[in-house]
Amino acid sequence: RDGLNSKKTLARPGVKNIVLVEGVRTPFLLSGTTYANLMPHDLARAALQGLLNKTSLPKDAVDYIIYGIVIQEVKTSNVAREAALGAGFSDKIPAHTVTMACISSNQAMTSAVGLIAAGQCDAVVAGGAEFMSDVPIRHSRKMRKTMLALNRAKTLGQKLSLIGSIRMSHLSPELPAVAEFSTAETMGHSADRLAAAFGVSRLEQDEFALRSHTLAKKAQDDGLLEDVITFKVPGRDIVSKDNGIRPSSMEQMAKLKPAFVKPHGTVTAANSSFLTDGASAVLIMSEEKALAMGYKPKAYLRDFVYVSQDPKDQLLLGPTYSTPKVLERAGLSMSDIDVFEFHEAFAGQIMANLKAMDSDWFGQTYMGRKAKVGTPPMDKFNLWGGSLSLGHPFGATGCRLVTTVAHRLKKEGGQYGLVAACAAGGQGHAMVIEAYPQ
Amino acid sequence: HFGHRSGMLSLSRTHVSYEVKDDVAVVRMNDPNSKVNTISIQMQNEMTEVMNELWANDAVKSAVLISSKPGCFIAGADINMIQACSSAEEVTKLSQEGQKMFELVEKSPKPIVAAINGSCLGGGLEFAIACQYRIATKSKKTVLGTPEVMLGLLPGAGGTQRLPKMVGLPNAFDMMLTGRNIRADKAKKMGLVHHLVDPLGPGLKSPEQRTMDYLEEVAIQFAKGIVDKKIPLQKDKGMMQKIQDYVMSFEFVRNQIYKTVHGKVMKQSKGLYPAPLKIIECVKTGVEQGPTAGYLAESQNFGQLAMTAESSALIGLYHGQVACKKNRFGSPAKEVKTLAILGAGLMGAGIAQVTVDKGVRTILKDTTVQGLARGEEQVYKGLNDKTKKKSITSFERDSILSNLCGQLDYKGFEKVDMVIEAVFEDIKIKHAVLKEVEAVVSPHCIFASNTSALPIKDIAAASKRPDKVIGMHYFSPVDKMQLLEIITTDQTSKDTTASAVAVGLKQGKVIIVVGDGPGFYTTRCLAPVLVEAVRVLQEGADPKKLDSLTTSFGFPVGAATLVDEVGIDVAVHVAEDLGKAFGSRFGGGNVDVLKTMVELGFKGRKSGKGWYVYEPGRKIKEVNPEIGEILENYRMKANPAVSSDSDVQYRLISRFVNEAVLCLQEGILNGPLEGDIGAVFGLGFPPCLGGPFRFLDSFGADKLVAKMQQFEAVYGNQFSPCQLLLDHAKDSSKKFHK
Repeated sequence: RDGLNSKKTLARPGVKNIVLVEGVRTPFLLSGTTYANLMPHDLARAALQGLLNKTSLPKDAVDYIIYGIVIQEVKTSNVAREAALGAGFSDKIPAHTVTMACISSNQAMTSAVGLIAAGQCDAVVAGGAEFMSDVPIRHSRKMRKTMLALNRAKTLGQKLSLIGSIRMSHLSPELPAVAEFSTAETMGHSADRLAAAFGVSRLEQDEFALRSHTLAKKAQDDGLLEDVITFKVPGRDIVSKDNGIRPSSMEQMAKLKPAFVKPHGTVTAANSSFLTDGASAVLIMSEEKALAMGYKPKAYLRDFVYVSQDPKDQLLLGPTYSTPKVLERAGLSMSDIDVFEFHEAFAGQIMANLKAMDSDWFGQTYMGRKAKVGTPPMDKFNLWGGSLSLGHPFGATGCRLVTTVAHRLKKEGGQYGLVAACAAGGQGHAMVIEAYPQ
Repeated sequence: HFGHRSGMLSLSRTHVSYEVKDDVAVVRMNDPNSKVNTISIQMQNEMTEVMNELWANDAVKSAVLISSKPGCFIAGADINMIQACSSAEEVTKLSQEGQKMFELVEKSPKPIVAAINGSCLGGGLEFAIACQYRIATKSKKTVLGTPEVMLGLLPGAGGTQRLPKMVGLPNAFDMMLTGRNIRADKAKKMGLVHHLVDPLGPGLKSPEQRTMDYLEEVAIQFAKGIVDKKIPLQKDKGMMQKIQDYVMSFEFVRNQIYKTVHGKVMKQSKGLYPAPLKIIECVKTGVEQGPTAGYLAESQNFGQLAMTAESSALIGLYHGQVACKKNRFGSPAKEVKTLAILGAGLMGAGIAQVTVDKGVRTILKDTTVQGLARGEEQVYKGLNDKTKKKSITSFERDSILSNLCGQLDYKGFEKVDMVIEAVFEDIKIKHAVLKEVEAVVSPHCIFASNTSALPIKDIAAASKRPDKVIGMHYFSPVDKMQLLEIITTDQTSKDTTASAVAVGLKQGKVIIVVGDGPGFYTTRCLAPVLVEAVRVLQEGADPKKLDSLTTSFGFPVGAATLVDEVGIDVAVHVAEDLGKAFGSRFGGGNVDVLKTMVELGFKGRKSGKGWYVYEPGRKIKEVNPEIGEILENYRMKANPAVSSDSDVQYRLISRFVNEAVLCLQEGILNGPLEGDIGAVFGLGFPPCLGGPFRFLDSFGADKLVAKMQQFEAVYGNQFSPCQLLLDHAKDSSKKFHK
């Protein structure tokens, strides 16, 4: 195999080789379906248990656990710790939770890489979870204030007067929104504007969404999604498949009305990723440790970057900025990459990024480049579906992308893979992954 | 393609062009000679021509009206076109031509969609509301409004007739009588536009260009949708709207509205401005007597208003304001990137507020923690109020505030490009801070003093670099008052001046640059009015009477209230300093009256008591009961020959005007235009009179001199007209404004 591959390894002297040993995920389900009665840490727990099962990892063999999540359940704000305890990991293993919107589990993985590279740890579990079937809905600020004051009230008179001050308006709840705090714009709205800015048509978006669903269906049918574990949902059935993959027809998709910018927008429910419940987990080790423990690593985790830009007008352009940056770090060019896995938040967002990467003007004006970034060839791009079709549990998607790259490299016989993703806050991420010699 | 060819035929057209996309004609306006589009004769002619072609062209089923200029749809009618007319009839005819054109637009058999990005004002708005459908970008630059009233005019191309039908009587009156700009989202709520389009960020073109293209694409979609009857032209009215319409269907309700609005206008304008009353009249005529009478009233009243002195005064101010928003000293060698303000008082914090929100890093330095905290809170509150009004987001507020750095020491002053001091008005303190500053700043740093009366050269006397010393006189409250008076000494370098003007312009100020001297220009004009006001009070008028005499002359704030706002202690300083400098010409009332007040703690609004009593939450202010006794102790006998209401008004105004003319005569002022702007925007000189110089031109210098001589006979040289004023009185062909 090695002989077939003329590309050289990205290993560098003095830099520790860090490997992905295994990656798993629960089936990604439309929120409000089979997982509806769980809690976020239940999903994370299932992923961790799945990882333990698949790797036969001793329960005290890792040094640290990191989880990513976006919408936090206040009762389990350090969801990593609760899930680890519940999954049966030794209670001597510290765990922390990170959040970075849709690249939260990317952050969990790169934090793990950092710990290993710094020599602090040899084996770390990283993962991500998201649970949209239940989100914290709060009392209004006024009501919260009254209730807190009520806690402190000493006399009955004080209490009664506080209760008496409650008005109808106190009772209206505060709902979480998938909106930027800084701009108050929902992400779908921003995606619609982004698509419009790059002149992405509704047709292009529907076509891309259809491609995603079609490829995902095929991958599912062909049994390629081997990272998906089987999960016996407490009180419900066993689930073993993603349930959001629904290849439709262009005609069907064309019937949908715009979901955010009405009536002239182009982003619809069918060409956006849907609200998803799910969790993922990966086992990351130094190469030495993995080999010493008798594992056959799946891939090397190489260079990675984080980028950020204007959260209003460039909210979802992360891949455009992160891709050339990580390639440069790794000393690779676009054509060196065999496998691309980009997070598909919206079809319009992917198309906009592709157009931005294909534009000299954009590269020169906004990225300080001499010429355009260049686009990934579509025959290497998200070939097993993507967030649009498989689903997008915000905190869990990053691990899915990395694991998929590893699996695809193996399946397709490539040497290098590239993960790129956008995230709320105008942030982005990219990572280069190298196949582990077979 | 037929459409394209018809577009090509119009090569001779320079302002309006069109192309046909599918079956939609995209009509583009672009005045090649200006940054903005205005409705000029040329624009009007070409538009009529294009419209006729479209109506005759069977390949066209609908049209989109759009501007090719970023940030401007149509800014209004061409003022020069109106000013070029010499009679009311001529202007009426202009109005009628506009009405006719928009009537054709309104009755267009092919729907016209106005696609609005940027300012859509005056005649531009009237054009837009004659179209069948309006789409606007939700950009901050997109504003709709009818500012004609601010030029002493009325919307003369159908506005007074169409607006009430479109947005209802109350909203229509509000728009036309205040002339205020309406943001796109508000316009949508009011029913002024049908649909909003979000501005786009960068894509394959610049955000501005792509947003304009996108607006056009969306407008084309809508135009097609209207033709296909997929998009209704009339929105279903909500319950509130239906109720309002029902209520408005009663004549007595409408009459009540006319009456209330009329009353409000009279109260606010004191009947000194004819335009608002005419607007009410036109609306009423249209609603009550039908469109024929309404349109006739509109065009005739428009013609009449264009010939009024008030209108020319207001148009003069408009031109002056435009002129005072330019930097005639060129661009400075070094841009001010970091500004430091000394003193976090009302003025210092106010200057900080209008600086940080322009993205300039600002150090606000005070000597005490309490003073600094108060100042920083003032800046925060000023910005937070904007957040509450939704003109900025909370994120923008926070990000703006990050430009502010409050501190008690001179840390980081080596990087400061300009220091504006707003410390106490005492030459010793000013000298002390100047020396402290010069010890820490780099040599290129400019030192500006925000003093209202101390001569800049006296302050500069302590400086190592007098070429870098300049005066920047702001007016309180800084975030509301438009004027900035910049004072240069003989030693101030041109680059220093250019830099101060550049900073002021960035802060959004209207700027006059004047010569140095006690009180410069504005304070020097104000001081004699204040001492005269004190005399009037000593002669027995109470503060309310004094206020009503001044406001009924057109001052927005009465003289007694003004002194309370400025601060009685400040007034004492100014009166004494200028009294010393100018001698008996600045005499009149007894400054001891004010001094006694200060001793008793009556320092004006800031101390809660002055001529009036100020209590938080109380709107109606009462006269301070304790000043009666003080005035009694300083009682002067009024001379009935010069004490009628009108005499008192002219005593006050003539001292103001004479001092202004003297400033011009002495070269303190660069010209009458800056004199007018300074007086109106800094001191509230009646805008309907256009400023002291325009007032002299229209009232007649000879008439004012005659009055002054009558006062002079009683009071002495305080009323002696200056030479330049006498020259103008002698020769009536001499005018300050051409």
